[in-house]
Amino acid sequence: MAGTSAAHGDHHDHHEHKPLTFFQRWFLSTNHKDIGTLYLIFAICAGIIGGTLSVVMRMELQEPGIQIFHGLAQMVYGFEGDAAIDGGKHMFNVFTTAHALIMIFFMVMPALIGGFANWMVPIMIGAPDMAFPRMNNISFWLIIPAFLLVLLSMFVEGPAGAYGAGGGWTIYPPFSTSGQPGPAMDFVILGLHIAGASSILGAINFITTILNMRAPGMTLHKMPLFAWSVLITAFLLLLSLPVLAGGITMLLTDRNFGTAFFAPENGGDPILFQHLFWFFGHPEVYILILPGFGIVSHIVSTFSRKPIFGYLGMAYAMVAIGAVGFIVWAHHMYTVGMSLDTQRYFVFATMVIAVPTGVKIFSWIATMWGGSIRFTTPMVWAIGFIFLFTVGGVTGVQLANAGLDRALHDTYYVVAHFHYVLSLGAVFAIFAAWYYWFPKMTGYMYSEFLGKLHFWVMFVGVNLIFFPQHFLGLAGMPRRYIDYPDAFAGWNAVSSYGSYISAFAVVIFLFGVFEAFAKKRIAGDNPWGEGANTLEWQLSSPPPFHQWEQLPKIK
Amino acid sequence: MSEMQKTEKSGLGNGTIVAICCSFVIGMVGMAYAAVPLYEMFCQVTGYGGTTQRVEQASDVILDRTIKVRFDANTGPGLAWSFEPVQREVELKIGETVQILYRARNNASRPTTGQATFNVTPQAAGAYFNKVQCFCFTETTLKPGEELIMPVVFFVDPAIVEPVETKGIHTLTLSYTFYPHEASKPVASAAEVKADDANKL
Repeated sequence: MAGTSAAHGDHHDHHEHKPLTFFQRWFLSTNHKDIGTLYLIFAICAGIIGGTLSVVMRMELQEPGIQIFHGLAQMVYGFEGDAAIDGGKHMFNVFTTAHALIMIFFMVMPALIGGFANWMVPIMIGAPDMAFPRMNNISFWLIIPAFLLVLLSMFVEGPAGAYGAGGGWTIYPPFSTSGQPGPAMDFVILGLHIAGASSILGAINFITTILNMRAPGMTLHKMPLFAWSVLITAFLLLLSLPVLAGGITMLLTDRNFGTAFFAPENGGDPILFQHLFWFFGHPEVYILILPGFGIVSHIVSTFSRKPIFGYLGMAYAMVAIGAVGFIVWAHHMYTVGMSLDTQRYFVFATMVIAVPTGVKIFSWIATMWGGSIRFTTPMVWAIGFIFLFTVGGVTGVQLANAGLDRALHDTYYVVAHFHYVLSLGAVFAIFAAWYYWFPKMTGYMYSEFLGKLHFWVMFVGVNLIFFPQHFLGLAGMPRRYIDYPDAFAGWNAVSSYGSYISAFAVVIFLFGVFEAFAKKRIAGDNPWGEGANTLEWQLSSPPPFHQWEQLPKIK
Repeated sequence: MSEMQKTEKSGLGNGTIVAICCSFVIGMVGMAYAAVPLYEMFCQVTGYGGTTQRVEQASDVILDRTIKVRFDANTGPGLAWSFEPVQREVELKIGETVQILYRARNNASRPTTGQATFNVTPQAAGAYFNKVQCFCFTETTLKPGEELIMPVVFFVDPAIVEPVETKGIHTLTLSYTFYPHEASKPVASAAEVKADDANKL
């Protein structure tokens, strides 16, 4: 193993290569750890942009009436008078759309799959690198133009007389076809195509790596749960993203080449797009959360100093969630007029998912039970994840009921539900992973105080944002509107205050990163002690540029 | 570290795994496109979303129960036609074959072409609405001022009285919408025209 020197660990490994220049190392990188670092930096930048969009939306919704978007439309697009109000209304929808697309495709997926999985999966399974290092590089450099296309879409014409693609990340026709003739929607579609290609290449890479490059003795049933979660996620990506690609290609040809897949006036059917979209969209939400499941399992086990309870059950629960995730898509579309029997099937299939998910939640609790628990920063984030994800899961079971969904469809109740599982679930898993692996990736120890402060401010903030949205949804406030009746003012104000607190928590996070790099506290190979027994803790911190030149052996 | 320990492998080469993965990807894109005709077939077979049935033969069973069928007519934006059913509604025996008429007239000063789509509400009843003859999806061109009478021959399938979802239905609505035929050109190419309008605010 290379020296434990803290100075970025790049030129210190005894390797025959010449030292790489900055350009060679970061732009032509084929090293899974460097590419993982690039992905993490990218995800932080995209997360800040996407988060800023959401804070601006909450500022707008703090009070009834239109507060800031007409001014914003005037400032950015140069609209005057009534045009500024109309442009501002559309701009609000553009912000909603861009926030969703950025957070899903350019924050959570790059952080969990491109970032942490790239960094840790090869190390955890005892592989020197990914199976196709150069393809790994292509995956990363495809995500950048995809992101730029989505950002640029906000500044080109969408509907006549307004800019950007509104209508939500679901891009349902006809609003995404005849509703927005300008090029903004084409930018979004091409951006999604490229991001999808990037993810598919990454998925192929992970599948090959995990199936063919495990260290001697590491059978699939001895593989760490994070590697399991990434393997399942990669299969979900491989099977669901091409369907999205097909659907949005039809959208593109409907828009530009006169086909009529979704145009009813020529015999098409807009509902077909919803089926195709959600056939991708539902597995997609499991793609966002499954790696988090893997991460939380490791953290809970490490800081309880116990092996994970029910290892095989945990692995196959994820397989079950992934498999069943493909046959429940129409629970997003109860209101399109499906027959009662179809609805009954989708209600039942959706509720079945609560079973393997329950297996996971109870196994995490059973892992902690009787363990010697240490409430370090990663552990509090992981426990926060379990709690908040369960809250989101419970509202999910409610929404799975077609009868109840009639009333709650497209209200803030749904918004609260999916933010509890994603914004509070997946994002808490990302932060848990960040604090868990930060000492390993950088060699420096973060500040426990700042980490815990970050957690508590964030915890209070996000709960203030999203818990009141349950009340708003039950009271009937619909999603995706810039304005609302005065009756909804109270909880909307609370929700907006929560978003300012969460934004402040992000500042604490960034300061914590700065502080760790400034203070340079040396973390050591294994800062977490005997509970941390996956392979990455046997390496130096940061790991050598090329690890496992001698393959580890797993008993 | 024991010598000659082999890496755990799946038994397939890397290239084989990539090939399998790529075939999954291509297969799923293919499935997405295959969904288009499959979905259409599915709608026709099940009457999903109010898709009506096209049949050659009239029903040989006629029930004693009657059902009311109402007729609705719409024209899409950009088609200067007046389009209406000749009679607003008919009451018929379930299973009985009936012919009704729609009337279309071109009010524009030039010949225009329209194309009609249709559906039945309540949507659950679509599967039981059988059309023997109709004017769906055929391009119709009318000269200025020309009037056209279009027949629809249909019957309601007697099986409608059995399923729990449809047996309580006493009124069906058949709705036709005529769209201008030239609207099939790409929407994005209309952007420039509309953009000019928008700038004149």
